[in-house]
Amino acid sequence: MEIISKENLVYRPSELLTGATFNFCPGCGHGTVVRLVMEVVEEMGIQSETIGISPVGCSVLLYDFYNIDVIQAAHGRATAVATGIKRVLPEKYVFTYQGDGDLAAIGTGETIHTCNRGENIAVIFINNGIYGMTGGQMAPTTIPEMKTSTSPRGRNTDTMGYNLSITEMIARLEGAYYVTRQAVHNSAAVRKTKRAIRMAFENQKLNKGTSFIEVVSSCNSGYKMTPLQANRWMEENMFPYYPLGDMKVNGVLKV
Amino acid sequence: MKELRLMKGNEAIAEAAIRAGADAYFGYPITPQSEILEYLADQNPVETTGMVVLQAESEVAAINMVYGAASAGRRVMTSSSSPGISLMTEGISYLAGAELPCVIVNVARGGPGLGTIQPSQADYFQSTRGGGHGDYRLLVLAPASVQEMADFVALGFDLAFKYRNPVLILSDGVIGQMMEKVELPEFRPRRKENESWATTGKTPGRERNIITSLNLDACIHEQHNIKLQAKYRRMEEEETRCEAILCDDAEYIAVAYGASARISRKAVEQAREQGIRAGLFRPVTLFPFPARELKTAAKNAKGLLSVEMSAGQMIEDVRLAVDCRIPVKHFGRYGGVVHAPGEVLEAIKTFQV
Repeated sequence: MEIISKENLVYRPSELLTGATFNFCPGCGHGTVVRLVMEVVEEMGIQSETIGISPVGCSVLLYDFYNIDVIQAAHGRATAVATGIKRVLPEKYVFTYQGDGDLAAIGTGETIHTCNRGENIAVIFINNGIYGMTGGQMAPTTIPEMKTSTSPRGRNTDTMGYNLSITEMIARLEGAYYVTRQAVHNSAAVRKTKRAIRMAFENQKLNKGTSFIEVVSSCNSGYKMTPLQANRWMEENMFPYYPLGDMKVNGVLKV
Repeated sequence: MKELRLMKGNEAIAEAAIRAGADAYFGYPITPQSEILEYLADQNPVETTGMVVLQAESEVAAINMVYGAASAGRRVMTSSSSPGISLMTEGISYLAGAELPCVIVNVARGGPGLGTIQPSQADYFQSTRGGGHGDYRLLVLAPASVQEMADFVALGFDLAFKYRNPVLILSDGVIGQMMEKVELPEFRPRRKENESWATTGKTPGRERNIITSLNLDACIHEQHNIKLQAKYRRMEEEETRCEAILCDDAEYIAVAYGASARISRKAVEQAREQGIRAGLFRPVTLFPFPARELKTAAKNAKGLLSVEMSAGQMIEDVRLAVDCRIPVKHFGRYGGVVHAPGEVLEAIKTFQV
């Protein structure tokens, strides 16, 4: 590959990816976010300073893909695990990577209290409105009328409750320092998400509180759509409930 | 120089954690063990030894904070009482599966459910059989005095790191709440060495470290389980601890741990005064259970009495230890009621009729 001289290189996978094949379905946003995190860690030169926490869900095998130290957490408990290791290794960069079932259903308590304590960590939260790994069940983030395998006639808010916009709740906590909602459905959005992840890692040097990034992502397998259809559906139906943008920057509320 | 103090068992265990060079304690209030968190919060050891003390939002969060800090290869402790230990049990299974060292303290109270805040020993099965899902064991130490509450913390950390396994100090509301003279252990420094397996950040000199209890390949996971079982067998070979009092010529032996052992000791003294050859066998480790030692101690005995503040749980291990060749009975008040020495004595006498 001699034609790819250094000055002509526009993209290569992060050297901090192990090369193991991602287990995500084609079209899923996880693969993009997973690589962005390692690009940021590589660009900041903090491989030896970074500890990741993987959740239970589609991204449980994060440690297969990452050439960094990783702890696999029990379902929903990633931010408690992150709290534990950050408190004994305060000089390290610690991040969790969690889906919506993990973070906003079974792990709601840990999520809220970790952010409320202002733990100096980065939380990366993938919201696709569905349980992906177990096969497309209703999630706390499933929007009204959305069909899933456990809301086959659509989410009836009378009996199943409403979709939880946990990121808006997080933004109002004193301990949260940076809160944003991004997406990875097109290249502009991917670049913004990467900048957000970079800021979440940079913030850890400041020791001013939790950085929380929601990434709205499609689950085409769960939605029973093609990747393109799934992204369009997400833009038309999910974004109105989950509007993109910064909610809190440098501790200042934007919304 | 010896440093003597009059302390509650709970306070002693907290002070001992600081002195044992613990790096972190994560806890949540619950009676009858809240003094551990209160004492540590008051001492604020982050300013002296650097030990982190944090009140979690739940026992579930606390044990998962332990999981995170233990992943760094640090000395980490938590404590709770029976209902709280039940909440922690998921995390304890993960700690055992991921082979993480830590010390967990259970100052047990009466159950089931919310039960009562009075002392109990009804968590024996939960403690010695693993407690949560999967084939795992905890190394279980059972203190019977405030002194042992203090001494078992450093011992617990040493065993936890020796075996890369959670160690449970199974106490009860009597030992946790009572005050006794205690000789405080020496201070020892916090760990400086990095464990080769710990997730402290991947340096260029080593492969990445992964802390997980997950193996999607069942054959690989079977091998992991076989390795865990080998570890538990090694504990059974090397780590049994017990105390045998007046057992050599004993016809009747009370087998008891923790607060029940102290009560039974008094009953044994009363029996001797009445000419009954009674003895006391006190398991100090509940897993591994000192079965060989009990079998030896009981070789001339005509009856064994398993004295527990439970409906009879340890009695199963006592029967197994003597291959059911000697009559084994249970005696104990339970549901939060503590038996009196006289009641134990009467139970010993039932072997005579």
